[in-house]
Amino acid sequence: MSFLEIKALTKRFSETTAVEDFSLTVERGEFVSLLGPSGCGKTTTLQMIAGFEQPTSGSIILHGRNLAKIPARKRGLGIVFQTYALFPHMTVEQNVAFGLEMRGIAEPDRKQKVAAALDLVKLSHLAKRLPKAMSGGQRQRVALARALVIEPELLLLDEPLSNLDAKLREEMQLELRRIQQEAGVTTLLVTHDQSEAMALSDRIAVMQSGRLMQLGTPFDTYETPKSTFISNFLGKTNCLHARLVSTTGTASTLMINGIEVSGPSVNLLPGDVMASLRPERIDIVESSEGNTEAKVLERIFLGDQWLFRLETKLGELLVVRRNRGRREAEPGENVFIVWQPEHLQILPASRETS
Amino acid sequence: MKSPQNMKPWLLSGPAFVLFLVLLLIPLVMTFMLSFNSFSFYGGIEDVYTFGNYIEVLGDSYFYEIFLRTFLIALITTVFCVLLGVPEAYILLRMRPLARSIMLLVVLGPLLISVVVRTLGWAILLGNNGVINELLQSLGLITSPVKMLYTPGGIVVALVHVMIPFMIIAVWAALQRRDPSAEQAAESLGASPVKVFTRIVLPQAMPGILSGSLIVFSLSASAFATPAILGGRRVKVVSTTVYDEFLNTLNWPLGAAIAVLLLASVLVIMLSWNRLIEKRYAGVFE
Repeated sequence: MSFLEIKALTKRFSETTAVEDFSLTVERGEFVSLLGPSGCGKTTTLQMIAGFEQPTSGSIILHGRNLAKIPARKRGLGIVFQTYALFPHMTVEQNVAFGLEMRGIAEPDRKQKVAAALDLVKLSHLAKRLPKAMSGGQRQRVALARALVIEPELLLLDEPLSNLDAKLREEMQLELRRIQQEAGVTTLLVTHDQSEAMALSDRIAVMQSGRLMQLGTPFDTYETPKSTFISNFLGKTNCLHARLVSTTGTASTLMINGIEVSGPSVNLLPGDVMASLRPERIDIVESSEGNTEAKVLERIFLGDQWLFRLETKLGELLVVRRNRGRREAEPGENVFIVWQPEHLQILPASRETS
Repeated sequence: MKSPQNMKPWLLSGPAFVLFLVLLLIPLVMTFMLSFNSFSFYGGIEDVYTFGNYIEVLGDSYFYEIFLRTFLIALITTVFCVLLGVPEAYILLRMRPLARSIMLLVVLGPLLISVVVRTLGWAILLGNNGVINELLQSLGLITSPVKMLYTPGGIVVALVHVMIPFMIIAVWAALQRRDPSAEQAAESLGASPVKVFTRIVLPQAMPGILSGSLIVFSLSASAFATPAILGGRRVKVVSTTVYDEFLNTLNWPLGAAIAVLLLASVLVIMLSWNRLIEKRYAGVFE
């Protein structure tokens, strides 16, 4: 039996269904992300696990304990909120001690645990500060220490890094992963930021319109997305309307914009499909032999990378190229592009546009 | 010479300044001057400057009693406004938008009704032959009427009724700035609803409670119509005493001296209270 088992969880509000038939199992010590755009039901799922929302149906079982009848304050979960939700009238130390105080833990023991938690998040020197006098990153750490000090069975993180600026966010990602590993706590992260989910998680659960669309390791989810929605949501991709002509055990043939293209073997019936090609899998070459002709429409310099928008017979394509310190093709120039057939992802044609 | 751009703020605030000058500052200064004049029954107001009126007020236990009663009524009113207003503001904030706007109107109701009408309404309720006494007697709970009209208690009830919106609005403003997820955070850390209220909500409402108390206390201490109608001749407060000196005894200078003393004492209480708030809550809230 898994550590956390969510079975057929459903939440209906008067007119909308926020979460539908959501099932997920999480192992002890695992870090799982619920990833999806806003309104996909990920926060509602977290709220139900935390006990702030009652599920319409389905069950949540944590460590063999059904949480249905247990109020939020007795679930013993550590929660880090998007806004950090620190108590503004208490010092850092008092904030962290609050949970222990509510558990009736005696003063000497409490002090020691608070000190250990602040040490874990490297904030021991700011114990007497008020939250107001701290930076976003520091408040974030206080919130984390406050959630971890009660030694929760499950740590819930609700978009914990979304209020930080880009540079700090990257730092905090590494920091968060370190703290989670050190504390060894089972963690569920809710986020709309795919890079955050990929960087932190052991597994990612992609949600769309209240449903779980795909569950897997970050690498698998990125490499073999089940739909164009997921391949678009996890990183950039070029989505092309295509027709699957034939597929054998080893390869397949597609028609894209009237051009024959070969791809990997796929378990789909011939007909309309979507072909997805990651920008970083396309190479710009000089030789024309067997390669596709392209014209540079736009070029953006990103420091470590170049981003090209190319016009080809297949349609417009985005191409990402590592900055090698060399001159790159300029807008208006003609180039040739090439990719490995197996890097073409063939996905069922989606009815919705996403 | 100032440029037209620099004159703009002056011109814009000019009418309000003139209004304050004519209607507030000048009468206030004149009252202050008047308080140093002397008065005799036969000669009327004499244009001399003495501290006689102040010495008379400060030397008479009769006035001390009136001042004490006034501040006691104001204090008790403030305490009740806190006890009733704080939970009310919190409940209002957690209501659904539609119910909230309706209930807010109910709360603000007393302010929308003329003070005389509202107070006479209380007189009808509280009188010896009033609605409450009649009801209690017909139910057999009491045999003779309970005296409520013309008592400090009656004044407090009516003052709480009209002052509570100020407290609720002040607490509301303070609580609206709070992060509601802090309450969820406290709950997830094991706090019971009572603990969430006392440890998380109340401290955050404190600046609102303190500034609300300031408003309620000063307005109650200087309230006139409510104590005049519900207190009658028997329960005198400072403002009704001033009125009597001006219009019954015709001793304007003495009335002015009492008015100045009321103003000064309320001012001192407000300023020291404000200092306390600033000291206590500096740096806690953004």
